[in-house]
This record gives sequence, structure tokens and C-alpha cells, in this order.
Amino acid sequence: MSVLVDDDTRVVVQGITGGEGKFHAEQMMEYGTNVVAGAVPGKGGQEAAGVPVYDTVHEAVEEENADTSVIFVPPAFAGDAVFEALDTDLDLAVAITEGIPTQDMARVNKRLSETDTRLIGPNCPGLITPGEAKLGILPGNIFSDGNVGLVSRSGTLTYQVVDNLTNRGIGQTTAIGIGGDPIIGTDFVDALELFENDDETDAIVMCGEIGGEDEEEAAAFIDEHVDTPVAGFIAGRTAPPGKRMGHAGAIVSGSGTGTAESKISALNDAGVPVGDTPEEVADHIEEFLG
Amino acid sequence: MKLHEYQAKEVFADAGVPTPASQLASDVDGVVAAADEIGYPVAVKAQVQVGGRGKAGGIKLVDDAEEAREAAEDILGMDLKGYHVGQVLVEEAVDFVDELYVGITMDRGEGKPVAMVSTKGGVNIEEVAEEDPDAIAQEHIDPSFGMHPYQARKAVYDAGVDQSVARDVSSVLTTLYELWANRDASDTEINPLMVTSDNEVIAADAVMNIDEDALFRQPELAEMEAEAASTGDDLEQKADEYNFDYVRLEGNVGIIGNGAGLVMTTLDLVDHYGGEPANFLDVGGGAKADRIANALDMVFSDENVDSVVFNIFGGITRGDEVAKGINEALEQFDEIPKPVVVRLAGTNWEEGMEILNEDLVTVEQTLEDAVQRSVAYADEVNE
Repeated sequence: MSVLVDDDTRVVVQGITGGEGKFHAEQMMEYGTNVVAGAVPGKGGQEAAGVPVYDTVHEAVEEENADTSVIFVPPAFAGDAVFEALDTDLDLAVAITEGIPTQDMARVNKRLSETDTRLIGPNCPGLITPGEAKLGILPGNIFSDGNVGLVSRSGTLTYQVVDNLTNRGIGQTTAIGIGGDPIIGTDFVDALELFENDDETDAIVMCGEIGGEDEEEAAAFIDEHVDTPVAGFIAGRTAPPGKRMGHAGAIVSGSGTGTAESKISALNDAGVPVGDTPEEVADHIEEFLG
Repeated sequence: MKLHEYQAKEVFADAGVPTPASQLASDVDGVVAAADEIGYPVAVKAQVQVGGRGKAGGIKLVDDAEEAREAAEDILGMDLKGYHVGQVLVEEAVDFVDELYVGITMDRGEGKPVAMVSTKGGVNIEEVAEEDPDAIAQEHIDPSFGMHPYQARKAVYDAGVDQSVARDVSSVLTTLYELWANRDASDTEINPLMVTSDNEVIAADAVMNIDEDALFRQPELAEMEAEAASTGDDLEQKADEYNFDYVRLEGNVGIIGNGAGLVMTTLDLVDHYGGEPANFLDVGGGAKADRIANALDMVFSDENVDSVVFNIFGGITRGDEVAKGINEALEQFDEIPKPVVVRLAGTNWEEGMEILNEDLVTVEQTLEDAVQRSVAYADEVNE
């Protein structure tokens, strides 16, 4: 079992003719992901990574029954690419692109609320259900099939924690990298809800970092709605305060939130142990699983 | 990217926001000449991108040429919270009866821009936000429609701005939103927006932060950035040139990694194992060999660094490229200046390990071991 993605998922890769798009489309297929098409304006009729390329996502959906898109489009055009995915009523769109202007994402976010498509990212590694499918750039070999759900704001931190789990023989149901940008689609709360409702997921790892209030909101949600045991990790305990925080941004969020301490104490208050190191996170999960 | 005050004022003034008469100066005679021309009293304001300039002695109000000369001598060349002051703004001192706060920013929680107005201007507005959040009126804006005029008025009236200036303040707020939207700003702010006895409003300060990811479509602002990058910490400036996310810290263990979350975790572990991080350096995703070599060059340039830990967990970044970069950077030395510990995992890590010249670095398999080894090396230097 898994959430969001399995071996039936039919993937169109937006930007499949680009360097990253082609490389990772091949990597995904090698892993077993059912990549059925590519979509690149002006490249319709060609073939890339062994699948047909269409000019539009609409065509890829019509011709190949794609239900999910993975987006490897350069930042200047990626906002538009996500709009296209949303306009096609796909089940899922995964935006890997890093560096999409925030205002483009604000407009995407508005449209997202009007559609049934779920967005993961942007600026994320994607998601993986070990042994079935991976959507994105995660290194497939470090994951293993099992009963732990993982959600993380940071790609490389996801890999680190998974590595610690897999090395102890603890596998994963699905790992979701939600991305660290200010505006993202699926957030911690959405992912926690998916794992809570998944029969195969017996424990959850949640990796956060300083900035924003998503972890505090997730802690409140866990307190109210999550019975599955959760272990946490928060990156940035030693980050100097105020270094990259916008001036006005701090007013909206108020102070007292967004720091590692506030996130850790919110999680602790919700009964979530937070590891000092990724190894300690694995310790907690091991305890949960008995 | 943050514009200097004088740059932000220029952008605001071009858009129609009233600003005081001012001139930029970089030497003492220039300050006096500018002050004479503007007419006393004037404010002499250090142009560095740090908050609390006034309290740190970077802003002085002067009444005549002699005081202008003294202020210029004091401020020009001073070190303000680590930043060298090379330029000052000489500005007409506005006689005001009231101070307001107006600003636009992105509310990341809502995923929408928000307009903010407060009659508690002229002070540390973050403190107001904390102690009396109701004193700041907020109005969220649909980014696909932009700010409707009624929303600007609503924010202004909700904040309790006096009727006599409400129309002008609304107009300033509308302009700030247009600049925010059209120039890809992350924040546009005026604090204080001064109200004169004639019921005029004037921007006494100006803040404009630009979304760096959008600079490709803001060529004018990108040019300003090139200009603005000319002051500040040498290493942070170098990081700008190399286009790294880099923050200089106080410690002696240099840290290089890929992905902000993992690099922060590496910092946290250095601290956890009793060391002190010298920096945060994220090479970003998919770094090629030359970028890795530049990162090592950066960290070696910091004289406080006693050891370096490389923590790479490849996804889109490939271990073989990282190893090539490390070799390239280190093979140019007869003697490696500081011990380098390398931990490679993820995509192509095995290929990387085959390439890596292990005579030049210490290899560790796990994050924990790599961090502990680098802390031990740094400790040895200080024994």
C-alpha cells in the first residue's frame, strides 16, 4: 500500500527533452515508474527517453491516458507549466523545478484551490513508493519497502533520514518531499492526513526546518487528528536568527514562531519526539515499531 | 536581494511616492555640498543594508555645514555591524506631526500578498506586531486580480488613519502594491511614512526586497544589485559572485553541502558534537565540478576555518561531479591548507568514491562520523 502513487500511475513528463527531464525520466522508468509520455511545446511528434512527446499536456492525457505530471521545466516557464497541468485536471502534478518566482506561485496557488488536482512542490525532490514508482529525482536505491511514511520540506534531508532508516532495516510506505519554498501545494498537514488514513503506514517521520509556521500548524493537527505515532526532526537549530528573514514577513507571522525552538516545543507538546540527530529520529521510529 | 535605501527611494519616487529631497555622497566635501544645496536641517544616513542604523550611529541630524562635515567624517568609512559605510544619503529633514507604517509582503501561510497599515509608525514594527498585533491592519490580496482600490481604503480606515490624509495614504499603499507586483518584490515598505502639519505624506525611509528568482525579468533591478553588492563582508560578496547561498558564522568548522535542510542539519550536528560552524554553504542542486571547486575556494578563504566537512547526499547532484571538483580544487596545492573530510552518499556515490583522490581528503561513510572527524581536526589545531 502507499499514498498518491503506485505502479498504476501513468506519468507525463513536462520538459522531457531537457537535460534534467530526460535523465530523470529514464531514471524513473528504470525504477519501474510507468512513464507514458512527454510534453514539450514545439517537440510534438518526437520521441524522448523511449516515449512519445506531445506539444501539450492535454494531448498527452488524451492519447496516453496520463493522470500525473512530473515537471522539469526551467523556472521562468515553470509557473505556466503548472497551470497547464492544473488545467488538464490531472490527479497529481509534481513540480521539481527550483527557483520559480514567488509571485508566479501565488497565482498558481489561487488556481490550485479551484481544481481537484493535487500539487507537490515546487522545488522538491518528488515522492516515491519503494518498489512501485518514483516521481522526481530521489535516489531510488536508498529506499526500501516498509511501513513508515515520511514527509519532509528538504530533499537532501529526506535522503539522509531515509538512509538512517533503511540501514536499520526499516522500510517506507511512501516518502514525500513537499519542498521548502514559501508557497507550496501539498503541505505537512495534507501529507499527515494521507498517512493517518493509510492502513499500511504504522509510523510517520516529519522533517521540518526553520522559517514559516507549517511545523507549528502540523503539530496542532497531529494533536487533534493523528493517532499514528510521529517522530520529528527540525533542521536549523544553530542558524543565526534573522539572517535571511524578510523584514515585513516577520510582521505577518509575528515573532515567537518560525524558530527551531518554537517548532520543537510545538511538536513535543503534541506528543511528537524530535531527534537531535537523524540517528535519533530512527531510534524513535524503532521504538514505535517495537 | 535588498535594495539600499537610496535605491528603493528612487524606485518609489519614480512611481509617484513623495520622498524628501536627497543626494547620495561618498566623500566629506560631497556631503557638505549636498547639504548646502538641500538646505538645513538635513539627515546624513549611512547606506548599508542593516537594520538599526540610527541606534548604531549611522544616522545623524545636522543643522549647519560644520555639523554636516563632522557627521560625514564620523559616518563615512565607519564599520556598521560588520558593514563598511562607503556612501551616505544626505536628505532634507522633514518636519512631521505623525508617523505611519505601510507595507506589502507575501503572507506565506495564506499564499497571498497582504497589505499592512499602522498608525504606530516610526518604531520597530516587529515589536508592535508582537505586542499589539491589532494595531496593524491587514488586507489580503488576490494575486490574480491585484489590489482593488477599496482594499487600500479599507486597510487605511481599519488602521484608524486620520481622514485628512486617508486618501493620500491609500494612494501610497496602492503604489507600493503595484511596485510589489510589477517589480517582483518580496517586500515593499515605508516606515515611517511621515505626515506633515500641512497634511502631506512623505516617505522618510524605503525598503524594497526583490525576489532573486525573478531577477531574470527585472533587468533594471538586477543592475542595481550589481551596484549594491559593492559593500559588506568580503566573503559574502564572493559568495554572491559565485552565486552560493552562504552565511558567515563565528566558528572554525567550514561546512559545504547540498540542499539547505541538509546543510543546516550538518551545522546542527557540528554544534551537537561540540564544534562551532564557521559558515553555511549550500552549493544547491545539480552542482558540477567547477562549482564544487569554487565552494572549497570560498571556505578556504575564511581565515577562521580550521577544518572543512563536505556533506553531499546526491539526488540531482552527482557524486562523480562532486569528487572531480574536490580533486580539482585540492590538486593545485602543494600542501592542503586545512584538513577536508568528505562524506558522499546518494546518486553516483560509488563512482565518486572511485574518482576521489583519497590522499588529499579524509573519507567517512556516515554524516555522524564525518562531522565528528571534522570537529576533532578543528580541535587539534586549537590544542
